[in-house]
Amino acid sequence: MTTPHAHVPGASIFDRLEALLPFVSKPIQYVGGELNAVQKPWDSVDVRWALMYPDAYEVGAPNQGVQILYEVINERADALAERTYAVWPDLEKLMREHQVPQFTVDSHRALGDFDVVGMSFSTELGYTNMLTAIDLAGVPVLAAERDDTHPIIVAGGHAAFNPETIAEFVDAAVMGDGEEAVLLITDIVRDWKNEGRPDGRVGLLRRLALTGVIYVPRFYDVEYLEDGRIKRIVPNEADIPWRVRKFTLMDLDSWPYPKAPLVPLAETVHERMSVEIFRGCTRGCRFCQAGMITRPVRERSITGIAEMVENGLCKTGYEEVGLLSLSSADHTEIAEIAKGLADRYQGTETALSLPSTRVDAFNIDLANELSRNGRRSGLTFAPEGGSERMRKVINKQVTEEDLIRTVSAAYGAGWRQVKLYFMVGLPTETDDDVMQVAELAREVIKAGRAASGRRDIRCTVSIGGFVPKPHTPFQWASQLNHEATDARLHKLRDAIRADREYGKSIGLRYHDGKPGIVEGLLSRGDRRVGRVILQAWRDGARFDGWSEHFSFDRWMNAASVALADEPVDVDWFTTRERQQSEVLPWGHLDSGLDADWLWEDWQDALSEVGVEDCRWTPCFDCGVCDQMETEIQVGPTGVVTLPMPTVRTTAVLAEVDA
Amino acid sequence: MSRRPPERDVALAVQKLRVHYAKRGRLRFSSHRDFQRALERALRRAEVPMAYSAGFSPHPKISYANSAPTGVASEAEYVEIGVTQRCDPERMRAALDDALPPGLDVVDVVTAATPDFVNRLEASRWRFELPGVDPATAQVAADTFLAHSEVIVERLMKNGIRKFDTREAVISLTVSDESGVSGSQGSVAGDSCAILEVVTRHVTPSVRPDDLLAALRIAADLVPPVPPRVTRLAQGPLIPGSSEIGDPFAPDRAALVSTS
Repeated sequence: MTTPHAHVPGASIFDRLEALLPFVSKPIQYVGGELNAVQKPWDSVDVRWALMYPDAYEVGAPNQGVQILYEVINERADALAERTYAVWPDLEKLMREHQVPQFTVDSHRALGDFDVVGMSFSTELGYTNMLTAIDLAGVPVLAAERDDTHPIIVAGGHAAFNPETIAEFVDAAVMGDGEEAVLLITDIVRDWKNEGRPDGRVGLLRRLALTGVIYVPRFYDVEYLEDGRIKRIVPNEADIPWRVRKFTLMDLDSWPYPKAPLVPLAETVHERMSVEIFRGCTRGCRFCQAGMITRPVRERSITGIAEMVENGLCKTGYEEVGLLSLSSADHTEIAEIAKGLADRYQGTETALSLPSTRVDAFNIDLANELSRNGRRSGLTFAPEGGSERMRKVINKQVTEEDLIRTVSAAYGAGWRQVKLYFMVGLPTETDDDVMQVAELAREVIKAGRAASGRRDIRCTVSIGGFVPKPHTPFQWASQLNHEATDARLHKLRDAIRADREYGKSIGLRYHDGKPGIVEGLLSRGDRRVGRVILQAWRDGARFDGWSEHFSFDRWMNAASVALADEPVDVDWFTTRERQQSEVLPWGHLDSGLDADWLWEDWQDALSEVGVEDCRWTPCFDCGVCDQMETEIQVGPTGVVTLPMPTVRTTAVLAEVDA
Repeated sequence: MSRRPPERDVALAVQKLRVHYAKRGRLRFSSHRDFQRALERALRRAEVPMAYSAGFSPHPKISYANSAPTGVASEAEYVEIGVTQRCDPERMRAALDDALPPGLDVVDVVTAATPDFVNRLEASRWRFELPGVDPATAQVAADTFLAHSEVIVERLMKNGIRKFDTREAVISLTVSDESGVSGSQGSVAGDSCAILEVVTRHVTPSVRPDDLLAALRIAADLVPPVPPRVTRLAQGPLIPGSSEIGDPFAPDRAALVSTS
């Protein structure tokens, strides 16, 4: 019935997709058409990028990283970038039946037509979605089977700091800030194409690898010891660098992206505009991979932030602005920023929010500035560890007094609801440490009732399983198995329930420990885990970050099949503690952190010794600034009053007769 | 201490504007909620001096009329907006059209000069493109449907499955032929493409395009091989004694002329 589609590269496949959309849920997520989206003619450029956030559109579309790279690439005259997201299983099934390829939402071009596919991994749980997309694109899922007609697939994002588990699927991986990375890759691909593609695909990959900042797994061989540990990881060609460095973007003010944030039509997880106020964090929380791999701290200036807020509001029409960073209240001029913006948008419906605030950096003046126009969202703090001892181990230096003082002030000032985040399964943790979460929540309610004089205040405790991550002091640690994790969580739940005086004021939100084990396997695995991913995907694994799609049994079955001939298993990768001498799968990937410093910090954790923040104490030699030739870039700039923006003019008013 | 909404200038609406817009092309897959968000953002981008309700979560004063279902395109959607300063309708049209994504297009704006706008939207004219359906077959199906005095369909509603008649609401149903004209839904055998135009009266529960397709299936076994492309062509008052639909803005325009 259907006539064959003679496919012209870069041509839209929308008419074929459109026929499927009436049969899928939320079709709007597949049609694009976002405000500020860019469409460029296919033949007008040399290098064509498809950027994928391998999760559902509602999660992926607001992602800042993808939006930034999308603009950075599209600003170039010789390149274009379009976006693609994971399709839900209902559409995947129809696309397979009707042979509709994975497509971009901007111009509905086939993914296989692009030169480069950039995959942004905030979490390892997107790996199976990557395989679905590559497969739907008609591209072999194994990198070794691709030829010159296929795009090169580049992984980025935090998970790319250990790309070994996906080394068989991606052609390259980039660590660190993406802005300069995509520009460099674009240059290399353009030159290689313009020179007539010397040495084909391998020639291009070699050029990427020779930079020393782009990791190309095929040029590295992994040798194993008999007991399953890695013996060594070595380049298999002359001139290929032994170590690959991360990218670090300096001077955020000269990179004010996104300048025109995308405004999706479909509902997404973040219905607001975001402005990144600084990058990096040196608080030194030992569990926190983000804080370790994004050093040093680089602040955007107060005036740079104000310009991005005003420009973004004009271009999007959003009414909420989130001031993003890993710990937003730590900006040296956060008070001036909050007051300046609150003054500026006084009387408008514009709301400001600070998604990540530390207990010790929070103060009520700041909170009041942020809620000046009457919108008062709940307050969220993350003590992470229930006991004082635990917080010393993880170096989250927040005392119980800090917390009680802060929440008392908040309840006293009219807040009714405080949310607290904790982790379970931290190194050296005992049942007792976790039970102290309940104790802390009781103290919070007690203090809150006293401060507010009311009994209807609430505290919600949100607790998740800890997953040790590469490039952190806990990279050597044993992960708690899911049975023990669940047992601790149930004990905590029972203790809160049994509390007659305070229990009803405390809400508890937690997830079981099983997904954390799969995340742990994917986080600290090596190339052998790639086989598990492939097996799980073939068995139907999709959207592993969604509880309704995740199947622990499917992953465990896949692991026993894929690792049957190996001396290693899931426990070996997750619950096994590593020794200092062990070659780690990511050992050749340079985040700047000195391996000896990381080990010392791990030993300090075990001895419950803290480490200060290098923004206000002397350098403690984590290694990053020396290794990467970077430096801390923080204020204060001394600007205390923000200029009011030019009054926005409206062209809609009727002329008034004089 | 109880919280009170913050002091703000609760400016009253000094004018209401009625906006006629279209939902075209790929944006026909936007839902009503998607449109609401897009419109509120576009109003802010266009610096329209919106009137807000008072209270803790102020919301803009916008009234939505019966919107076309998700997946159905429309040339005739209506919304009413309250503003705190007098606006020029044509400037408003241009600014709002500019601020909305392409595919959500503002056709016309008038100052509301008469009450009861929603009641004026008495009927809709729908166009169904049926690729792969022979016009003669469609004509037989249309005649069969029209010969019935009642065609009951089922729809899942908030409180369960409800059965209701579709025939009564149909004022006219005509078939034309666009075979050979290439559609955008992909090629279908023989390239035949019947076009149905249906005028429905707005009743409760409303008879929507899906209900009409269900009715044609039930009454006349008409089953299109691919999903039809449906567009609302017009919405407004029924001109008495005909199946024509009038301009719902006509009374506002007339009132404006008589006062100026």
